[in-house]
Amino acid sequence: MKVVIIDYGAGNIKSVQFAFKRIGLDAALSKDSETIQQADKLVFPGVGEASSAMKKLKESQLDLIIPKLKQPVLGICLGMQLMCNETEEGNTIGLGIFDVSVKKFSNQLKVPQMGWNNVFDLKSELFSNLNDQEYMYLVHSYYVEQCEYEIASTNYGVNYASALQKDNFYGVQFHPEKSSVAGEKILKNFIEL
Amino acid sequence: MLTKRIIPCLDIKNGRTVKGVNFVNLRDAGDPVVLAKQYALNGADELVFLDISATQEARKTTRDMVLKIAEQVNIPFTVGGGISSVEDVDILLKNGADKISVNSSAIKRPELINELANKFGSQCVVVAIDAKQIDGKWKVHLAGGIIPTNLDLFVWAKEVEQRGAGEILFTSMDHDGTKNGFANEALSALSQELCIPIIASGGAGSKQHFVDAFKKGKADAALAASVFHFGDIPIIDLKQELKNNNIEVRL
Repeated sequence: MKVVIIDYGAGNIKSVQFAFKRIGLDAALSKDSETIQQADKLVFPGVGEASSAMKKLKESQLDLIIPKLKQPVLGICLGMQLMCNETEEGNTIGLGIFDVSVKKFSNQLKVPQMGWNNVFDLKSELFSNLNDQEYMYLVHSYYVEQCEYEIASTNYGVNYASALQKDNFYGVQFHPEKSSVAGEKILKNFIEL
Repeated sequence: MLTKRIIPCLDIKNGRTVKGVNFVNLRDAGDPVVLAKQYALNGADELVFLDISATQEARKTTRDMVLKIAEQVNIPFTVGGGISSVEDVDILLKNGADKISVNSSAIKRPELINELANKFGSQCVVVAIDAKQIDGKWKVHLAGGIIPTNLDLFVWAKEVEQRGAGEILFTSMDHDGTKNGFANEALSALSQELCIPIIASGGAGSKQHFVDAFKKGKADAALAASVFHFGDIPIIDLKQELKNNNIEVRL
């Protein structure tokens, strides 16, 4: 099993690598297109601001490679948001894998949403053995509305899509790598997809 | 619903925890990694490590410690103490810290907050504010609460938010160490004036104090040290009590 974490310079990706290590798997970090295309499973992480992350993806032409991948890909947080059509953050055009837009939370709420919130209406093998209403750790200011790709929902002012899936592409708004035992289950499930 | 967070804080010196930490069944209670794992297991939502080392050399030890914590602990953690530049933060984040907190260095040079938010994103920038009431006014203090400034707590908090902080860790110097409860009035005022999360700190002595910090103080998270370290309040019991009071927590 070759798991590669796409390393395009956006945020703290070591956390993801460490989380895989805790469940007994050595995941590699790479931005090399060959290595990425030959991996069995790919993780597309991201922390930070959307437009600068997208710029980095383009610099290494990963914006062209990622949408064409055929193996399971797991976008995390900003990674998931960049897999959508566009995001209000920096008016950024995304990879267009999920045909949805990313919006900013209402200013009636504390933004960013920071902390543990529950995920419900779980609809994917990614969440096998997980309790409905399980708590996940989230830190974000932008969100995806409920849509046809949604495989998990969360409520913060509104019910929104906290996980998405289309074909081999998966995206989670929360951080499984920081979500205790429940998060580690999701990473295990991803490896076993 | 988004839950209220319970955050144990560990003081670190030369890569070891200081102040007695009195966990049962721990072979090495001075090892931050062992303690952090224990807290994660016992239901802590996040951890804060405050480096009180006096020298640059000792802070290098902290970086190694941060890396070990990132490797072994499966909940988020913040590192604070002695951080004064973009470079300091870069190293800590690269070693796996999820957030960093700045305090005196931000008061001395407020632009630091903008620089950090722009480079790393607001989500990882916590600004710690130590304040104390002087003649009825909340005044911000420097250097671990020792040196008073002319800054008003609420004015500074607003500025910190506008400069891009993602969270505020507010410690009341009047309440810290007293075990008489958190500064709920000031907390509530902060929470209503600001749009970013507020972490309450200083004064925890009983479970009821946490209930009050969330209900009266409207805090988003509560931080404490000794009541957790000495086992006075087991985190699981605390969370059960919060839940009994209709406060949303992760149990």
